[in-house]
Amino acid sequence: MSPRRVVVAGYGMAAARLAELVRAADPAGERVALTVVGAEPRPAYNRVLLSGVLAGTLTPADIALHDRGWAERNRVGVRLGVPVTGLDRRGRRVRLADGTSLGYDDLVLATGGRPWLPPVEGLSDGRGGPAEGVATLRDLADCLRIRELARPGAPVAVLGGGVLGVETALGLAAAGARVTLIHPAAHLMERHLDRTAGMILARLCRAAGVRTAIGAAAVRHDPGEGVKLDDGSVVPAALTVVTAGTRPETALAARAGLAADGGIAVDDRLRTADPRVRALGDCARAGTPPQGLLRPAWEQAAVLAGLLTGTAPDARYHAGAPVTRLRAGGVDLTAFGETRLETDSADAEVISYADPARGMYAKVALDGDRVIGAIALGLPDAAAALVQLHDDGAPTPADRPGLLLGRALPPAAGPGPDSLPGTALVCRCNSVTKAALLRAVRETGGDVAALARATRATTGCGDCLPAVRRLAARRHETEGTPA
Amino acid sequence: MTATHCPYCALQCRMTMDGPRVSAGELCQKGWTAGALLGAPDRLREPLVRDRRGGPLRPASWDEALDLVAARLRRVLAGHGPGGVAVFGGGGLTNEKAYLLGKFARVALGTPNIDYNGRFCMSSAAAAAQRAFGLDRGLPFPLADLDEADAIMLVGANVAETMPPLVRRLRRARDRGGLVVADPRRTATAGLASLHLAPRPGTDLALALGMLHAAVAGGLVRRDDLERRTEGFAAAWRIAARWRPEEAERVTGVAAADQRAAVGLLAGARRAYLLTGRGAEQHATGSDTVSAWINLALALGLPGREGSGYGSLTGQGNGQGGREHGQKADQLPGYRRLDDPAARRHVAAVWGVAPEDLPAPGPSAYELLDSLGTETGPRALLVFGSNPAVSAPRAGRVSRRLAALDLLVVADIVPSETALMADVVLPVTQWAEEEGTLTNLEGRVLLRRRAVAPPPGARGDLSVLRGLAVRLGRPAAEFPDDPEEVFAELARASAGGLADYSGIGYDRLRAGEEIHWPCPGPGHPGTPRAFLDRFAHPDGRARFVPVDHRGPAERPGGDFPLIATTGRVLAHYQSGAQTRRVPELAAAEPGARVEVHPDTARRAGLADGDRARVVSRRGTAEAVVRCTPGIRRDTVFLPFHFPGAERANLVTNPALDPVSRMPEFKACAVRLEPA
Repeated sequence: MSPRRVVVAGYGMAAARLAELVRAADPAGERVALTVVGAEPRPAYNRVLLSGVLAGTLTPADIALHDRGWAERNRVGVRLGVPVTGLDRRGRRVRLADGTSLGYDDLVLATGGRPWLPPVEGLSDGRGGPAEGVATLRDLADCLRIRELARPGAPVAVLGGGVLGVETALGLAAAGARVTLIHPAAHLMERHLDRTAGMILARLCRAAGVRTAIGAAAVRHDPGEGVKLDDGSVVPAALTVVTAGTRPETALAARAGLAADGGIAVDDRLRTADPRVRALGDCARAGTPPQGLLRPAWEQAAVLAGLLTGTAPDARYHAGAPVTRLRAGGVDLTAFGETRLETDSADAEVISYADPARGMYAKVALDGDRVIGAIALGLPDAAAALVQLHDDGAPTPADRPGLLLGRALPPAAGPGPDSLPGTALVCRCNSVTKAALLRAVRETGGDVAALARATRATTGCGDCLPAVRRLAARRHETEGTPA
Repeated sequence: MTATHCPYCALQCRMTMDGPRVSAGELCQKGWTAGALLGAPDRLREPLVRDRRGGPLRPASWDEALDLVAARLRRVLAGHGPGGVAVFGGGGLTNEKAYLLGKFARVALGTPNIDYNGRFCMSSAAAAAQRAFGLDRGLPFPLADLDEADAIMLVGANVAETMPPLVRRLRRARDRGGLVVADPRRTATAGLASLHLAPRPGTDLALALGMLHAAVAGGLVRRDDLERRTEGFAAAWRIAARWRPEEAERVTGVAAADQRAAVGLLAGARRAYLLTGRGAEQHATGSDTVSAWINLALALGLPGREGSGYGSLTGQGNGQGGREHGQKADQLPGYRRLDDPAARRHVAAVWGVAPEDLPAPGPSAYELLDSLGTETGPRALLVFGSNPAVSAPRAGRVSRRLAALDLLVVADIVPSETALMADVVLPVTQWAEEEGTLTNLEGRVLLRRRAVAPPPGARGDLSVLRGLAVRLGRPAAEFPDDPEEVFAELARASAGGLADYSGIGYDRLRAGEEIHWPCPGPGHPGTPRAFLDRFAHPDGRARFVPVDHRGPAERPGGDFPLIATTGRVLAHYQSGAQTRRVPELAAAEPGARVEVHPDTARRAGLADGDRARVVSRRGTAEAVVRCTPGIRRDTVFLPFHFPGAERANLVTNPALDPVSRMPEFKACAVRLEPA
């Protein structure tokens, strides 16, 4: 039997993962002959790490997903810099930008998303791309361009206060740019956060040197000047970075008659209306609209690799609950599930803690003893535990303050020997109790060396030496030693 | 007064003995009370034989016992060939015993079937160190170097309980806020740390990947060192690139911020060490997990730099020497490989046999035990220095395999659980009753000295091997029973190998020299710090190994919602055959207790002090509940020192690491219920 011809349209992270998993399941290429067609002129890279390139800690080479020889070693045909321009479903062929075409048994659409430019005057170059002085933040080229323009001291406007916008604003400010974050909604990250969390996040941004214009809509961009807001003020900007979200790239699917309203709709086998055509990643609507997150794309790649190679024919994709993470500078934010229920909610038990001055906020929503949503800002330890409880569906700990705050509570100071009961071990290495040490103090009258000879305390790890010294000092005290 | 070393762990603390009494040292309770082992009330003082299966063990003379063993071995050999007989050794045996045991199996029995309990301890760390550095020495630097460290990260190592005097070496790092401990429990060691990471059992590999990611993305990697001294960073990084700390957090439960903080401590310290223990290693992914930690250490430029490094903390007393001299299934003395033709020629020449007469590599410990008494497996087993009825994974099954043998012979000092199943029990001498060398966790060769006379009926293991070899038709000169003579032969056999002892002799050790191997000639000072100039691969470079997280072989869920992990407590050692017989230690920890979070106990209807059953797909272990808020709510902890129904290994999972053949002791799915 000859291998099935699988063509993947797109060579981003989802496509790269799919190709890896197909070859992990079918190393010799006996089941699947794989061709990946990428629009960018370079092999796939890790988009999530672009912030590191922007910050200068990573080089473009560091974020490559595959090395130069990868495709050949893995028997994957890779075509770079040639977007798929047409799809003939009946003939089962795709046309590429260079005029060639490829036949397929299965086509996988992995066309990803593209940044959305809001309909603000002067943002677009009229052909769908950003105007002069405007950048989006999606690919490596964007990233290198921003790094060029956002020099230290340069005024920069960031348009859109979602996760990417806040991270970008904080990152550019840390690199020395004079950043203003413009956000039209009443508070930052309104899709993920409640008002209080949004308010504290804005305080943290300002503390990190980012000016904020929240509840302010941009009305015009003027190259070289900046962004005019609806209150008439102007945010000066040599560069305006638009972070207003992405839209699924569905043009190819739409032209081929595969309905694409907010993402190419697919079933739990990632099939479009045409069973020969599948889709995954940021272009696909698999139950829920695409979130621009990596984890669903990878889970979809795993399912699809099992189906296409026949190694896991029963694999099905079920959308999990997404977790939003924001980390930049000193800001550490986690949010998932029900985040807008308040403590007076009749539908759920809601617990919260807010400390705006220190940039901390926690809110947990419970249904019975299950966590159904949470926000943790400035409380990374609590966040880690909450996410695991949520992922596992595990019962909520009885210690509710600990649940909210994690390790942020000051650790209880270990009791000194004075407050220990007589039965408490002072020297763990040699099982010596406080009572035994006090007895030895009475019997030897002793200094520490005598106590060590009598009880062996302090002769193991040596950690109890201060406590033993303190008990030894009791020989000067009058009677009344408790034991 | 005799200056010697403690009989227990790989720290091999110095101690002074005044007759049978330990009179001085910096020791934990086990060391101080070790003298009680010499006079254990049920100490074996004469050979025992069983006349029929199910019958009682009765005393016998040494000649009768050895004649019987030899006769029955000959019968098995005649009927089933050399593969019908198997040998099982231990990491507590001296170098001389381990060496002679390997020679006995390969020369006197001609069997490929020899392995040892060290497979359950150090095999993953050994495999990973070999891959990365071309050489496996637990600590490739002197232990005392830790004194000067600014930062130390311990992964799955509870030294405050398992080797307490080592805690003295952590002082400086602790004072500088540089001690990081990764352990699913807030152990005594974790309590000393400035940063405690509590990963879900079985996810250490993901934690290491998240931390490598944090190191690279944070610009903390020493790129010049990588370029100059290593190979393979790019491939390892491409995997770690997928493991942002936030992703690793989701799998491990360790906050991304804590991962970054830990990396920051290691990268920011002038002198930093990363040390792994069994917690990281005893997994079906143990080799890869250790490789992931070594990758992190290499990325931070720790190995091969004076005052920094990576190491694995060896557990058993001679866990290091025991894995170098040929009691391992795939190995010949000097850390040579049994499948290497040059190694076979060298060792065969020392042994005076033909290289082609040496058997091929045999099965690993659990595979060997699992095959005993089966259609194709060995019919006879000789056990030295081990108690697999308690210490092997899935111990219920292993006990049934032991019972299915035609012949089980156990050499031990006390009637261990395995000895009590034997057809022939041979009483042997121990620690302070004999001389011998051990190689401690830093690769230093130590001489244990005789402090007391052995009980009249006991013989040394070397003498037992000699007696059997002669009865099997070998010349007596092939199997010396004088330890110094055996060591001299071992040194010759090791010459030119990775673990080269050829420059070490009893004379130098008696003179008080501290010699770390390799020591390739009489005038050689030894090698306290390996890798400073070059790593042991032919090109001198260390290797990154591209590894990815796969997760524990058995995940919690359904009827088995919790994860059980196992380990040691301060008062006991290994299967407890020794320490349970020391009254002070038995009083400190009289039986098994299952450590559990109060929330988890309450959900199971249990309170502190209740008797509980820990149930897995393989069996049930009983223990007393000890509630502690310091353990993860999804995890329970069982110590593995106790026999019978309290055996932790009744529940453990024998899934094996594909490279090291290490069983998955540290993570299996269980439920907790009232007993």
